[in-house]
Amino acid sequence: MTYSTLLSDAIWTPILGGLLVLAVGDRRAGAARWLALLVSLVTFAVTIPLFTGFDTHTAAMQFSERVAWIPALNIFYHLGIDGISLWFILLTSFLTVLVIIGSWRNVQERVAQFMAAFLIMEGMMIGVFCALDAILFYVFWEGMLIPMFLIIGVWGGPRRVYATIKFFLYTFLGSVLMLVALLYLYFHSGDSFSLLAFQKTPLGMTAQILIFLALFLAFAVKIPMWPVHTWLPDAHVEAPTGGSVILAAVMLKMGAYGFLRLSLPIVPDASHRLAWLMVALSLIAIIYVALVAIVQEDMKKLIAYSSVAHMGFVTLGFFMFDGVAIEGGIIQMLSHGFISAAMFFCVGVLYDRMHTRNIKAYGGVVNVMPIFAALMMLFAMGNVGLPGTSGFVGEFMVVLGTYQVSPWAAILAATGLITGASYTLWLFKRVIFGGIAHPEVAGLKDLDGREMFVLGALAASTLLLGLWPAPFLDIVHSSVQHLVTQVSLSKIPV
Amino acid sequence: MWFFDWLRVFPPLAVYLAIPLAPLAGSLVAGFWGWKLREQAHWVPIIGVAVAFYMSLAVLWQVGHGITFYGNVYTWAVLGHLPVSVGFDIDSLTALMLVIVTFVSLCVHLYTVGYMRDDPGYARFFSYIALFTFSMVMLVMSNNFLQLFFGWEAVGLVSYLLIGFWFQRESANIAALKAFIVNRVGDLGFLIGIAAIYHYCGSLDYRTVFTVVPHLAGRMVEILPGHPWSVLTWIALLLFVGAMGKSAQVPLHVWLPESMEGPTPISALIHAATMVTAGIFMVVRMSPIYEQSAAALAVVLIIGAATALSMGLIGLVQNDIKRIIAYSTLSQLGYMTAALGASAFSAAIFHLMTHAFFKALLFLAAGSVIHAMANEQDIRKMGGLRKAMPITYFTFLIGSLALSGMPPFAGFFSKDLIIEAVGRSTLPEAGWAEFMLVAGVFVTALYTFRMFFLVFHGAPRMDAHLHAHLHESPWTITVPLVALGIPAVYAGWAYIGPVGLGHFLDTSLVIAPQWNTIGEIGARWQGIGEFLLQGLLAWPFWLTLSGIAVAAWFYGRRPGLPVALTRVLRPFIWVLENKYGFDAFNRIVLVRGVLQFGRWFWHVGDERLIDGVLVNGTAREIGKAALSWRRIQTGYIYHYAFAMIIGLILLMTYFVVWRG
Repeated sequence: MTYSTLLSDAIWTPILGGLLVLAVGDRRAGAARWLALLVSLVTFAVTIPLFTGFDTHTAAMQFSERVAWIPALNIFYHLGIDGISLWFILLTSFLTVLVIIGSWRNVQERVAQFMAAFLIMEGMMIGVFCALDAILFYVFWEGMLIPMFLIIGVWGGPRRVYATIKFFLYTFLGSVLMLVALLYLYFHSGDSFSLLAFQKTPLGMTAQILIFLALFLAFAVKIPMWPVHTWLPDAHVEAPTGGSVILAAVMLKMGAYGFLRLSLPIVPDASHRLAWLMVALSLIAIIYVALVAIVQEDMKKLIAYSSVAHMGFVTLGFFMFDGVAIEGGIIQMLSHGFISAAMFFCVGVLYDRMHTRNIKAYGGVVNVMPIFAALMMLFAMGNVGLPGTSGFVGEFMVVLGTYQVSPWAAILAATGLITGASYTLWLFKRVIFGGIAHPEVAGLKDLDGREMFVLGALAASTLLLGLWPAPFLDIVHSSVQHLVTQVSLSKIPV
Repeated sequence: MWFFDWLRVFPPLAVYLAIPLAPLAGSLVAGFWGWKLREQAHWVPIIGVAVAFYMSLAVLWQVGHGITFYGNVYTWAVLGHLPVSVGFDIDSLTALMLVIVTFVSLCVHLYTVGYMRDDPGYARFFSYIALFTFSMVMLVMSNNFLQLFFGWEAVGLVSYLLIGFWFQRESANIAALKAFIVNRVGDLGFLIGIAAIYHYCGSLDYRTVFTVVPHLAGRMVEILPGHPWSVLTWIALLLFVGAMGKSAQVPLHVWLPESMEGPTPISALIHAATMVTAGIFMVVRMSPIYEQSAAALAVVLIIGAATALSMGLIGLVQNDIKRIIAYSTLSQLGYMTAALGASAFSAAIFHLMTHAFFKALLFLAAGSVIHAMANEQDIRKMGGLRKAMPITYFTFLIGSLALSGMPPFAGFFSKDLIIEAVGRSTLPEAGWAEFMLVAGVFVTALYTFRMFFLVFHGAPRMDAHLHAHLHESPWTITVPLVALGIPAVYAGWAYIGPVGLGHFLDTSLVIAPQWNTIGEIGARWQGIGEFLLQGLLAWPFWLTLSGIAVAAWFYGRRPGLPVALTRVLRPFIWVLENKYGFDAFNRIVLVRGVLQFGRWFWHVGDERLIDGVLVNGTAREIGKAALSWRRIQTGYIYHYAFAMIIGLILLMTYFVVWRG
């Protein structure tokens, strides 16, 4: 493996670029926007070689970088990616471009700060997906909260203070216990913070269970899993469109990624022991939360609850310890990244025009915005999990994999087929179809070029992943196989 | 044949690919450039479907000469170690289905040119029906379960879009939503069935699965602890749940009558001739699985027969011309399903075929009537239309005779074959099923000709203005009627051998020797004449005749009679008018129940318990605790000194008493 700085470039380009955007200042809003777009495009360009140069035949970490950071504590600046991380880095850099284009006009205050927050957050999130040192991981993990906190707190809706505090405390409380677990692992792995070393450290069952629970709290809050999900609807409702998009599309994936990178390989025995809990919570998310989604009256809340239900498939797939189910979970994460982003953009498009998210205020939008309606129909069908869209692939694989282990869990999960169609298409019917119910709707203008570009790019991604998932799965395959082996081997010392 | 010879210059796969891709291209062109093409938007979709029809004929001809195909086009994904592909299985069943689908589709495309001319969504409509043709063709041509499911869901999507085509109508939107969600209930079973197949067979490829299936006989699975089931019964029933959704079998039939909210051409194409028969096709395709399970066959038989009779009865009390035909479709799908249960797969496909012709014909003719009546659909407000609309009248009559099973029209042969096959079935449930099917024959003739006489005969009941403007439809509408009328007449006797008795279809079917009902009939086969003669002496024919006679008497001669009869039969009719309460049950129990649970989970679970008690409750308690504890910090040195001394004493006591 040749030495490369691609990962560092992907992390630091947006962070330094973000600082540069800050320096441009809010007064030169136009310049700040263009610079931010440039930075995000460069970052996206930097992440492309990760894909083209990726070796799908190995589960080993690629593009590794390792430099001593705090030698006294054996902390390294250690980066590297495998097939599990790659797609999420690309997803992050891709979506940040779209968010910057999508927020072009609808944010008018403190433009430079807004754009800079997204760029800095992008760097941090990519950092999480690359970090192989526990402390580095933790720093990025907590660091990315700050820009999101600001995005909701400064550019958010009327109840933003409540939402931000709830968001911050929830996620922060979860993470603190993760730090404790990481410290425990440090002392038991021969004074190393390397995640790869953690994976090889033998651990007794009690220790494993405690570590699992500590990590679980951090990750479950992020995903979010029932019953620690209630911060998400509040955060989404108050967040500006761009914030919602990144929150749903990338940040929720952090928790699921954490399970794959930390929980499963580091404490495999505890993962097996507590799989029943994870499966139960996942199924509750799929059934209970979907029912809650059906009765929502606020579009963003509905999509937020739908996110929780969809993420239930992800965790369900992971804790089947079956290759197909885990790969399905990963694809579901990626697909949800596209579709939830698109759905929040769609709500944003309507909100920019009508300044309300209340479903009752709409009706008959298709009469005045046919192009928008057609695109949103595609995303709605993705959300429903229709074959041909990305939403189908993940759910299908998870159900297939789950049936291998537990037919009943598969049947319960598959009820998501019905509930998902119910809340999504009922929403669509009330908002898009029908005669024009309110005079405000009659004056709506269809998508402009900028919006069309953003939604078009997401539509293309959704269809590509749905019609030809093979290349996506090829990247993931070796790493998941490796993970399945890891998690099947007991680490309890004999 | 010279007509297809030139196709030899192409690789076979190119011909197969053209069948789905030509309509898809038509759909995309009409969809993306429809705003520009406007009233010319029909050209590319029609050409696309015409190409598909021509290629389908070529494929049928090839298959007839022994040229089949089984192979993959591209690998969709590798699941674990299992490659799942998009591919084609071209055999006699596929080829026949292709011809039926593309032929009806082509007729409907042509008809639409006249029927939808003035609709603002003209191009969108063509885009949808061409997309439907693509999806249905993909479903039929599939060589694996994934692609089957793909097509299955795609036709469902187009059906949803077309039922809600007039999106300004609330009722249409609700009907579309209902259709999608009810179908999803079926899909749940279908998907789990596919998962089970993957689990037990390790593959989703038809051939691989069918070679493994016989080895699964005798293998049991405990779905409920303590109740071992045969694995194959389990799989067959799960797949059948999917078929019940798509082919609208009781109790998942509720979406089909409502689907009539869509424009009439799609009622003909999707909700009568093709899409709703996807479930029948699927079960026939899966005959190697179904033939391994008597229990599954029995369920299929009983559900089919029950649907055939019960839905026909509802047809008697409907007054909307399209709804009558819709209930008739449900009933006829029941006949096909019952045939599946009796292992008469070829008879099911035969009836599927004749039904596609005469039912599409009836729907399109009904559309012609509705068109002339300025969108009036209530048959009580029609009457005497035969003079103004001779072509429509004549073709509608052919369709009605075929539907009622009057010899020598197409429906007679296929329906008689089904009834005879069910009669020969050795399943213990076959007696009941046969009774329901035979009774259904009378009901069919009655509701069909009730509609026929009320629409075309008797005194006109519309207002004078409308009556003066009655007119025959333009040629774009009447030509497809005639085109469909021809096979509705001759397809019965012409194809009973190759299709009905399976001489052509045999290669695609697996039939267990103990249930070879069609084989028995075939063994005694003495030609069409004999079959006709036997049919004339059997119950169903006389029931058909009496049904028509009663309808003629009631609605032609003595219009007062049915009114009087209605009064006598009030409770019975009340049950029928309420459709046995399925809709009420769904509305009151299921829909309201789900909403109630959703609200309860939301307000009580999320808001009160999790947020109220756990999240904000914790915050509140911490706040309260902090409020009281902060009083400890008084700022007086002697308070702190006192606390320190107390602490010191406690520590010393601890160390001295317990540790010392």
